[in-house]
Amino acid sequence: MENQSCVKIINEWDIVAARQLGRNVAKELGFGTVDQARITTAISELARNIYLYAGQGQICIEKIYDGGKAGLRIVAVDSGPGISDLRQVMEDGFSTSGGLGAGLPGVKRLMDEFLIDSSPGTGTDIKATKWLR
Amino acid sequence: MNSTILDYIQNNKDSIFNEWLEATKVNADERVTKVVSDQVYIGTSREFIDLIISNIKSSNEEFTSKLSDFSEKIVRLGWPLSFVTKGLQTFGKIVFEDMQEAGIVTQENQMKVIYEFDSWMTPMVNEVVNMYSTTWERTVSLQKIALQELSAPLIPVFEGITVMPLVGTIDTERAKQIMENLLNGVVKHRSEVVLIDITGVPVVDTMVAHHIIQAADAVRLVGAKCMLVGIRPEIAQTIVNLGIDLNQFTTKNTLKKGVEAALELTSRKIVNVEGAE
Repeated sequence: MENQSCVKIINEWDIVAARQLGRNVAKELGFGTVDQARITTAISELARNIYLYAGQGQICIEKIYDGGKAGLRIVAVDSGPGISDLRQVMEDGFSTSGGLGAGLPGVKRLMDEFLIDSSPGTGTDIKATKWLR
Repeated sequence: MNSTILDYIQNNKDSIFNEWLEATKVNADERVTKVVSDQVYIGTSREFIDLIISNIKSSNEEFTSKLSDFSEKIVRLGWPLSFVTKGLQTFGKIVFEDMQEAGIVTQENQMKVIYEFDSWMTPMVNEVVNMYSTTWERTVSLQKIALQELSAPLIPVFEGITVMPLVGTIDTERAKQIMENLLNGVVKHRSEVVLIDITGVPVVDTMVAHHIIQAADAVRLVGAKCMLVGIRPEIAQTIVNLGIDLNQFTTKNTLKKGVEAALELTSRKIVNVEGAE
């Protein structure tokens, strides 16, 4: 698909690369500075989760069009250990690594749509979408 | 090295070179042709061919030093590695095909010549790749050091007030440095108030926030107060969206306001001098 570009997350600096890509696409689509910051922060969270918990994975940025609406979708895929209790990770303040525990619930609030699919042993697949208003 | 191949290359240096130039020009992508002019391109290519030929003639050490010079030059020019390795392959292919045409390579000695060729080309390709990656590694490590040097300076601005301006991405290593410099600096400068300025930080995610909160906590433990300044409107919104609690420290939108507040905290203020010209 030509509207999609991906960054592999292997080391910490790839997070910056993913963020940069997201910012560029967001700019191209015409998002304002606040939404650009939201999108890059969301990418940063998701990419860091991949780096911290799964070791490696991939972040894809897609331009999507639905009817008259345009939007940006972040797809974060890894084949790491997966998440056993999805309800728990979506709670504020829950963290297994001593962090703030605001990452995933934060991303959900930063974006308009948020889909998470994960089970232990098969990895995690997250899709988060922001629509252009 | 087989002397027949050696003689052939030396005798037909110019024709091989021209043929090679034609062949590589087709392969050369925009990256190569855009950054350098034709003159530089031809000059460097000639040097490249001379280098390959000198590999045959001269001693090993001489070749290695020449090769390292050349690699550095190529890296500076910004030529991709694939272009150089492809150039070597093309060179080998041209020589081989020309020799075939000239009748030096025949059905009988074909395998032998190929073997000779291979044992000559392979170490050279290895050497080039090795040199190339070494040069790059050095560049990267130098840049890393340069980056570390401008990582997290602590600047005393007034008696008891210090500022730490943060610019750029904060990763784990840098976060560690921030914490260290902050604590050492607070003790060294006997600071009462430390201002952390995040105007230059492009993205504040939970990890960055977490590091800043930890640093502020540590600063509090050594008896100083921490203030977060330079919060841009879009960063403020993402912090609220993320649900990060920054209630425990004072925040200001600019460094200027932060300095004013810090002076107030230490019972001082900036006044205009009356009667001054």
